[in-house]
Amino acid sequence: MNDFAAIPDHGLGWLEASGDHADIVLSTRVRLARNLQGHAFGPRARVNDREAVLKRFKDSTAKSESLRGGTLLEMPNLALRMRKILLERRLVTRDLLGEDEAAPPRGAAVHLAAKDPVSVMINEEDHLRVQSLVSGLRIEHAWRMVDRLDEELGRELPFAYHHEFGFLTSCPTNVGSGLRASVFMHLPGLVLTKEIGKVLQGLGQVGLTFRGLYGEGSEVVGNFFQVSNQTTLGKTEEDLVDHLDKVVRQVIQYELHARQILLRDARGVTEDKIWRAYGLLRYARSLSFEELMNLLSGVRLGLSLKLLPGLRVYTLNKMMIFTQPAHLEEAAGRDLPSTESDAHRAAYVRRILAAEGEVAPDDAESDEDELSDL
Amino acid sequence: MPDMVCDNCGSTEAVVHLTQIVNNQMSTHRLCEKCAAEKGLESAPEPANFPLTDFLAQMGKDPVADVDPSGTQCSFCGLTFKDFRETGRLGCPHCYETYAPHLQRLLRRVHGGTQHVGKVYLPPDPSASDVERRLAGLKRKLHRAVEAEDFERAAELRDEIRTLEPA
Repeated sequence: MNDFAAIPDHGLGWLEASGDHADIVLSTRVRLARNLQGHAFGPRARVNDREAVLKRFKDSTAKSESLRGGTLLEMPNLALRMRKILLERRLVTRDLLGEDEAAPPRGAAVHLAAKDPVSVMINEEDHLRVQSLVSGLRIEHAWRMVDRLDEELGRELPFAYHHEFGFLTSCPTNVGSGLRASVFMHLPGLVLTKEIGKVLQGLGQVGLTFRGLYGEGSEVVGNFFQVSNQTTLGKTEEDLVDHLDKVVRQVIQYELHARQILLRDARGVTEDKIWRAYGLLRYARSLSFEELMNLLSGVRLGLSLKLLPGLRVYTLNKMMIFTQPAHLEEAAGRDLPSTESDAHRAAYVRRILAAEGEVAPDDAESDEDELSDL
Repeated sequence: MPDMVCDNCGSTEAVVHLTQIVNNQMSTHRLCEKCAAEKGLESAPEPANFPLTDFLAQMGKDPVADVDPSGTQCSFCGLTFKDFRETGRLGCPHCYETYAPHLQRLLRRVHGGTQHVGKVYLPPDPSASDVERRLAGLKRKLHRAVEAEDFERAAELRDEIRTLEPA
């Protein structure tokens, strides 16, 4: 089944570039890890545990207002490319898909709600990962939706809960609230001014941590960082969410300041970097995903600094998703070896940028002045 | 220094000075690293991203542990302490009881404490004490919502409190 029509918003609502500081913060995710009493956790669960967990979850969805009318996708029923597309749209995790590409784990599923941008992964590392993924910086908003869904599920399902340790999870780093809030940020100013090290170190000192594009263990590509809370126990959910929000807003201020310094002290070099990035994206015939991400970083910075008029943040967000391997294969209607994939990626980017129209250099007038001076 | 003796166990390696103010009385204790750790104190802040598995590996070898946990097994899922040490993952909710003393030390290191203070879960078949704890949690939230002048949220919480409170 490769039917995206069944997926609310096609799972792309979080790309819409709404919400606070959408040019710097791509998206906000809040998730709660929950487990059911009487079953082994994900990594030790047997097939019958996994199937029982899925069945109990399915029975509970009818009574959840947030989930009613949504779509349940069971991983073993989906074609490989569809599973990869879900991963590329960040609707599922690698953990949910399992190690064996040919055979996803039994009982692994995701339920995407119809009304709100909330979803539940079933049989991931924890039995349930209740989450919300929204565009821009909206931590409190995402938390509210997840909280409501969690309340609805908790009325129907016997969660594993301990009077001292709180909500019990497979990994002790998630126990307590089970809450992980993460904000996906673009911080080129801090990277270019070499201030990023200090900021990341500072995050560690205030109980936050950062990861690369694809979560735990992944590399930082294209100056994108996922900033999230490090601890989950001993603080209320509201405190965790507030704290992240405050720190992220502070990081945004540092980033904006770094950008002002770039414009003040290195305007020429910065403009050159941005226009070169745009030029390569506009005309290159082959692009690896990593190269694309680095170029998009330059263009995104240019757009934020209003040096590249005419482009929309939404276009750049969409480009990041639709240029991933499974998305390119879906568009081509066949598997693509990596060299072909790079060519398809470049073609897609050229087409999208052409459709956005020519970006007019803002110094066109001054060029004319210079010419008339000659 | 001759005065650096641990007040708790008498070992000569006191490295932590603990100054407490209890009922307006200040007291100072000198503690060795082991005793300080038992009281949940750190001699120096840990880097935030210390590898969990390293700590777990070290924990199994810790001579302070009253029983050697590596022989223990969870009676529900069969997870051994060795499994936990290697994977960093617990096997089932029951493991939290099986390994409670060891987990408490680990959780203090990872989270800075062991007591959950967030949402109070109300199971589908709640006992009276479940309801009481849940009510306390909701009242805390209500207080917070009022302080933040989030009256819509406060109204929701007040409704929920009413449904739980005995008539």
